[in-house]
Amino acid sequence: MTFETLLVELNTSALWTVALGTAALGLVAGSVGSFAVLRRQSLQGDMVSHAALPGLAAAFLLGAREPVYLILGGAVAGWLAMLCVGFVQRRSRVPFDAALGGALAVFFGLGLVLLTYIQRHVPGASLHPLDRYLFGQAALLREEDLRVIGWLGAIALLLLAAFWNPFKLLSFDPDYAASLGYRVRLLDLLLTTLTVTAVVIGLKAVGVVLMTALLIAPAAAARQWSNRLGGVVLLAGLFGALAGLGGTIGGHLAGRGVPTGPTIVLAATGLVLFSLVFGSARGLLWTRLRMAGS
Amino acid sequence: MMSFELELILVLVAVAAACALPGAFLVLRRMSLVSDAIGHVLLFGIVLAYFVTQDADSPWLLFGAAATGVVTVALVELLQKTQLVKEDAAIGLVFPALFAAGVLLASLYLRQTHLDVDRVLLGYPEYAREARWEIAGTPVKPLWVMLGVLALNALLLAIFYKELKLTTFDPALAASLGFRPGLMHYGLMADVSLTAVAAFDAVGPVLVVGFFVIPAAAAFLLTDRLSVLLVLAATLGAVGGTAGTHLAIRFDTNIAGTVAATLGAIFALALLLAPHRGVLAQLATRRRQTRRFHETMLAIHLFQHEGTAAEAEESRIAGLHEHLHWPPGRVEAVLRGAERSGLIARAGEYLKLTVSGRARAREVLH
Repeated sequence: MTFETLLVELNTSALWTVALGTAALGLVAGSVGSFAVLRRQSLQGDMVSHAALPGLAAAFLLGAREPVYLILGGAVAGWLAMLCVGFVQRRSRVPFDAALGGALAVFFGLGLVLLTYIQRHVPGASLHPLDRYLFGQAALLREEDLRVIGWLGAIALLLLAAFWNPFKLLSFDPDYAASLGYRVRLLDLLLTTLTVTAVVIGLKAVGVVLMTALLIAPAAAARQWSNRLGGVVLLAGLFGALAGLGGTIGGHLAGRGVPTGPTIVLAATGLVLFSLVFGSARGLLWTRLRMAGS
Repeated sequence: MMSFELELILVLVAVAAACALPGAFLVLRRMSLVSDAIGHVLLFGIVLAYFVTQDADSPWLLFGAAATGVVTVALVELLQKTQLVKEDAAIGLVFPALFAAGVLLASLYLRQTHLDVDRVLLGYPEYAREARWEIAGTPVKPLWVMLGVLALNALLLAIFYKELKLTTFDPALAASLGFRPGLMHYGLMADVSLTAVAAFDAVGPVLVVGFFVIPAAAAFLLTDRLSVLLVLAATLGAVGGTAGTHLAIRFDTNIAGTVAATLGAIFALALLLAPHRGVLAQLATRRRQTRRFHETMLAIHLFQHEGTAAEAEESRIAGLHEHLHWPPGRVEAVLRGAERSGLIARAGEYLKLTVSGRARAREVLH
């Protein structure tokens, strides 16, 4: 493929609409995900995104077809799963990670049950490719999806900025935050809600199975370039957007029917590998050089 | 010839029981999510092995994929050792990346084979009926492979029971006694990988974590003995496999998903009803303790004023709720309980301590 045919290939407005959408949700997921990674809650996002599936399907069964309501259904189910895990953790000796893995499988299983039920029993269901939510298909993003991503993403980022200091304190030293009189449980709830929001707006483009990577990878990459929270969050947002953009274009070039979730995740993984080696704050290369120099 | 339903049930029972055995150790070692990671990367391993063998039905697919599982665990540990990312983030980086690579390769090159992405993700136990593998020239049904893995897991457990137990509960002691915790760790990982590969067709890469973790977690609520826990985990898995498959066939839904949900229901029951540790048992204990506390408070109150000038006023039933700062409704309930326990006796509208009531108050005060 010559450069010119490549340009022609990329020169469709539909592609850029879609790429804009995935870049936006990469921005949101990267910024919000930084806090999840910092608080060692990386895998909670994985559970939430899988758990969203029965919510999506249930919303569909109840007649919802607009992206807002489907997303809302997913968020409610993700929330419920979090509550279940919290309950099991408080009321039994089952370890947290086991509760997380178990809830993931149970909710995802319920999602598959509802999905097959819809495919077999709801007339006209095949017109709404609900199963694309599994691996994500950015090409299916419509303008209304973009509006939802834009609005919810903007609200999430604004809240992140508004509660910057309390969130920072909560992430580094929750006990100190509590002693200063912050309502730690409430803050925790809010931050978790932001994570759930970042996950569910990405489900259509990235898919329930891989959405977690878009929370974790940009933050892990950004961490290698900066030792300051502000720097990490900004960079993670940037990396997330880059991964969304690059993955969408890569998926488009790979051909029709290739799910975009994997290409976006691979783009993000590439950024992580690059950062692990070359990151200016902690990257392996610079650390070696610095050690050799001193 | 077995009936279709019976054969499917057997497959799911074998999957659930085979996963539950190593799963118990994953739960106890706080490594549950490693099975999630292994389950996901198997797709990548299967696809790679397919490129090498060019045969979607080769038994080598199994071993190639199982090797990827172990490599993943090693990769996660390597990434952690750089100290650039924490453990949870390391898991969350490695498995989505390899899974994404697997999905991408499968959707690009394997649309026409049974490795078709959608089918692979959802789990497709119906395959169990078709003889897919040939071992030494004889066609072998996946059901027999799964039963074979179940037998293998039981055998390995019997052989290495002592080693697994010690390295799980006290790795430091195990190391000092020469038991090589590292070796047991990788052995367990290899077994988890092999089991997950064998279960792959039936339950797919996502749900498999539930089969490893949920029956073991439920059993963990019911017993304190490792040997009992293992038997119980496999049994609960088998029960879930049977009931779930039956429900799925009856309502025409995805089998693996229905079984996972059924296992979840079994766990919920165990969480609610487990003796001593269950939620209901905890509630009952708390109620009993609260009641005993109130009765003791009453006994102490009466004891403190026994033989004083204020005794009549302080032991008058109608005034008790003010003296003890109790809501009026509580007084009658506590009185009835205390009477039944033989701590007090009613004398008209006054209360008297019995001998054992006096003893209870003294026991607390001294």
